[in-house]
Amino acid sequence: MDTKTKYKEPVNVLVVGVGGQGVIMVSKVLATICQERGYQVKQSEVHGMAKRGGGVFSHVRYGEQVFSPTIPKGSTDVLLALEWAEALRWVNHLKPGEGTFISDTQHIVPPFACRNRKRGAEAGYSRETPDQILSRIKDGFALDATGMARELGNERAANTILLGILSTALEFPEDTWRDVISRFVPPKTVDINLQAFDQGREWARTVHENSDLAARHRRSEKLAPAVPGPDRDEMSDFVQLDINPDWCKSCDICVKMCPERCLKLDDRLKAVLTEPDRCTGCRICEWLCPDFAITVHRTPEAAQAAVRV
Amino acid sequence: MGRNAAAAVKKISNVEIRPLMGNDAIARGAWEAGVRVAAAYPGTPSTEILECIAVFPEEDIRAQWSTNEKVALDVAIGASFEGVRALAVMKHVGLNVAADALMSMTYIGVNGGLVIVVCDDPGIHSSQNEQDTRILARFAMVPVLEPSDAEEALAYTRAAFDLSEKFDTPVILRSTTRLSHTRSPVTLAERIDLPRRDFNENPKKNVMIPSHARIRHSALIEREKKVAEFFETFELTRWEKAETDVGIVTSSISYGYVKEVLPNASILKLGGSYPLPEKTIRDFAASVERLIVVEELEPAIENQIRIWNIDVKGKEYFSRMGELSPELVRDGFIRAGVLTPESGVADVFEIESTPRPPVLCPGCPHTSSYMALRQVEARVAGDIGCYTLAAGEPLSAIDTCVSMGSSIANAIGMEKSGVETRPIVATIGDSTFLHAGIPSLIDAVYNDADITIMLLDNHTVAMTGGQDYPGTGKTLRGKETHHIEFEDICRAVGVKWVQTVDSYDLAALYKALREAIDFKGVSVLISDRPCVIDPVKIKGETMTVIADNCTACQSCMNTGCPSISWSDAWFDGRHKVKIDPNTCIGCALCPQVCPSDAIQPLDRS
Repeated sequence: MDTKTKYKEPVNVLVVGVGGQGVIMVSKVLATICQERGYQVKQSEVHGMAKRGGGVFSHVRYGEQVFSPTIPKGSTDVLLALEWAEALRWVNHLKPGEGTFISDTQHIVPPFACRNRKRGAEAGYSRETPDQILSRIKDGFALDATGMARELGNERAANTILLGILSTALEFPEDTWRDVISRFVPPKTVDINLQAFDQGREWARTVHENSDLAARHRRSEKLAPAVPGPDRDEMSDFVQLDINPDWCKSCDICVKMCPERCLKLDDRLKAVLTEPDRCTGCRICEWLCPDFAITVHRTPEAAQAAVRV
Repeated sequence: MGRNAAAAVKKISNVEIRPLMGNDAIARGAWEAGVRVAAAYPGTPSTEILECIAVFPEEDIRAQWSTNEKVALDVAIGASFEGVRALAVMKHVGLNVAADALMSMTYIGVNGGLVIVVCDDPGIHSSQNEQDTRILARFAMVPVLEPSDAEEALAYTRAAFDLSEKFDTPVILRSTTRLSHTRSPVTLAERIDLPRRDFNENPKKNVMIPSHARIRHSALIEREKKVAEFFETFELTRWEKAETDVGIVTSSISYGYVKEVLPNASILKLGGSYPLPEKTIRDFAASVERLIVVEELEPAIENQIRIWNIDVKGKEYFSRMGELSPELVRDGFIRAGVLTPESGVADVFEIESTPRPPVLCPGCPHTSSYMALRQVEARVAGDIGCYTLAAGEPLSAIDTCVSMGSSIANAIGMEKSGVETRPIVATIGDSTFLHAGIPSLIDAVYNDADITIMLLDNHTVAMTGGQDYPGTGKTLRGKETHHIEFEDICRAVGVKWVQTVDSYDLAALYKALREAIDFKGVSVLISDRPCVIDPVKIKGETMTVIADNCTACQSCMNTGCPSISWSDAWFDGRHKVKIDPNTCIGCALCPQVCPSDAIQPLDRS
C-alpha cells in the first residue's frame, strides 16, 4: 500500500534527561513556540514514576498535520539530551545520517550503576565519550552546559543554553524563542536565562563555522584529575572469613553492620557467615567486633597461615 | 506537574486555541458541559483532571478528592439524582473499586448527566496491571467514548453528557496514558448554562430492590439497542473513504498511529467503542477488500465484529499486551501483508545503556522503614504507593503487592495459614490506608490476627504528585477541614499497641519495630515523616563524605539513596563514595549506617 502522505512530514524533536532536570519544561517551551508559529503540535510524555530519578523523555512533533503523538524510531530530527547517558540511550532514535544531536556532557550516575562491590569494579555507567559519538554524527554538539551555567551563576540555566543551540537547528525566529523563554522561566531568572540562551546560540554559531571535531565538543577545564584505580592484575577475589565462636558474645553488631547482610546469628547465637559468595571482604565486621572474634583473610597464604596458628 | 498544568489552563481566555494536555482538555470539557459536581481519587494517569477542574470557580463546580473511587462515584451519583451534571474520575484499577456502584447505577440510569472518566494505562507505566476498561464497561452495559487527541477529549467529554441524558445512562469516557499526557491544540468554548432538573420521585427507578431491578434490567437491554442505533449516525464516528484494498476499524489513540503508518487507507474511526453500530460496520466491511481492527489491549471491537460473522482480523497482527506505537502498528501491517518489509535500519551505535529505573527520592522517609524491616527479616505484605519501589534492589524488602489496601488483609491470611515462621508485617501508606485499609484493620482486630502494621505516614498522596487528602486536613481547593489522626483511628477500632516513630531515627524505628512484632495481637507502628518533595521541597543540612575516613565498605549504598554514588578515589580495591550536595536533602540516614563516621554535615566538616 502507498504510504506517501499528502502532508509534509512533521519535524520530530526528542527531549531526554533524568527526572527533575526539566525535560517537560524544555518541551513545553518548544511546543508553545511551534503553536505560536502556526503549526499543529503534539507533545507527549509519560510521567508518574518518572520523577523518582528515572529516565524521562518527551516527544515533540510539529508540522501541517501531526497524527501519532510519539516519534517512530529512526525518525528523530533533533535529539536534545540534558544528561550524557540519556543521550546515549536514545542516540539510535536519530534519523540515520541526518539527525542533529545536542547533549550536555554532565554525568548523573544512578545508584544502580554503583552496585558491584567486587574489588576493582567500575561503575556501570556508559563508557562512550563525546568524541566517539560526534565523530559518527554529521551534526552533533556536546558541551558541559551545566558547567557553563554554573559559571553564569545558576546551574538550572543549563537547559536554556541547550535551547540556544536547539534554536540554531530549527527555523523559528530568535525573538519568538526569547519571548517564550521569558514567559516560562521564573521571573527573577529571566535575565540569566536570556544570557544563557545567547551563549548557547553564540557557541553553536562558532561551531557551525568550524568543522573541527574538537570545536564541537567543549569540556569543562575544571574537572579534577581522576585518582588512578587499583592494579587489577594484582587483585584477587579471594576472601575467607574466620569467626571464633568462643570469643563471640552474640552482640549482633557484625550482623547489623554487614553491608552485604551475609552474616547471621545461628541457633547458639554465634555469628556465622551465611552466604560466603556475597562476602566482599570489606573488613567492617573485623574492625567493629568488640571481641576480636572475626578475621578477614584476603589471600590463600594468609588463610593458610591462620590455620597453622 | 499537575498544578502547573492547572495554572496554565487558568490563564486561557475563552476562545483561544492552545496546546493542552489530554487531561486538561477533559477538565475543560466538563466545565463547558456545565458539570456541577466532580469527585475523584488521585491515580496516574488521571490525577490532573480534577486538579485542573479545581481551577474553575467553586460557584461553577463543586470538586473534591474522595477517599476512594467508589466514594467518588457515589458522590457523583448523588449529584446526578439531584438533577445536576456530575463527573467521577479514576484510573482503570479505580473502576474495579467503584464497580459495585456502577453495576447498580447502570440499572438506575441518570437524572443529571453522569460521566465516568477512566484512564487506562496500556504498557503499565505506573500501575499494577493493564486491564482494558472497555471490557468492564461492556459488562456494566455502559456506553464508552474514546477520543484520540486533546481536541477530541474536550469535544467527547461534552458529547458524553448529552449522550448520558439522552439515553438515561452513565457514560464512560476512556482515556489512556498517552492521550492523558499528550499536549495538542484544543479549541475552547463557553460553559453552557443548564436548567436544573427536578429530583425524579420514582422509587421504581431509583431504589434497586429485586422487584424493581428485574424491570430495570429489561430497560437496560433496550437501552443498549437504542444507543447502538444512535451510534450508526453518531457525529463523532468518521468514515474516511480512501483506497479500498484494506479498511481499518479503529478508535482512541490507535487512530493516530494508523494515520501515521497508512495515511491513505480507508478508516472507520469509531467515536464510541461500545455498543458498536452494526450496520455502519457492515457497510464499511463491504466497501473494502480486507477488514482489520487496530486497538490497544483486548480485542473488544474485533470480537464483537466477529460475532456478526464478518471476516475480520486484528489481534493476529497487533499485540494484546502493552501500548501500541507507530513502529508496532507498522510491524503489524507488515505481518498482515499490507506493507512490505523495509530493509531494516541497523542501529548506528552499539551502546550498553546505563540502568536508570525509578528509585525512592533522596531523603525519602520510606527508606529507613524498609531498612528496619529487612533487619528483622519480616515477611512483608506491601501495598500501592511510592514505597513499592522498596521491592527492588538494594532494599528488597517487599514480598507482595496486590491492590490498594490489600496489604493488611494479605497479612491476616499469611498469619492464619499457620505456616509462616517469620514475623508478618503489612506496610501501607497513609492515603492507601484511608482508601481501603481501614476495613482490613478492623478485620484484623476482630479476628485477633497476630500481625504488625507499619503505617508509612508521609502526610500526602505522594505517588501521584502530592495531593491533599483527609490526612492533610485540607481539601482539593486548599480549604482547611478536619485533620484525621491515625493513632486515634487505630485505637478506636481496638488496636492495643500503637506507636508513632520518626522515620529518620533508624535506631528508634528498629527498636519500636521489634517491640511491635513481639506484641501478641495487632500492633500498628506509624513511621512518620513528611514526603521530601510534596507539598514542599525539603532541604536540610547537606551531608558530605570525609574521604579520608571512608573505607569504601558501601554500607551507605544499601540505602539506595540516589544522592550517593562512587567517587574517583579508591580504598582497598573499591570506590569510595561521594554525596551530591545539590540533591542531598540532609535526612542524615547515611551517617547512621556508616561504620567509620565518614559522613558528616557539609557545613561542619
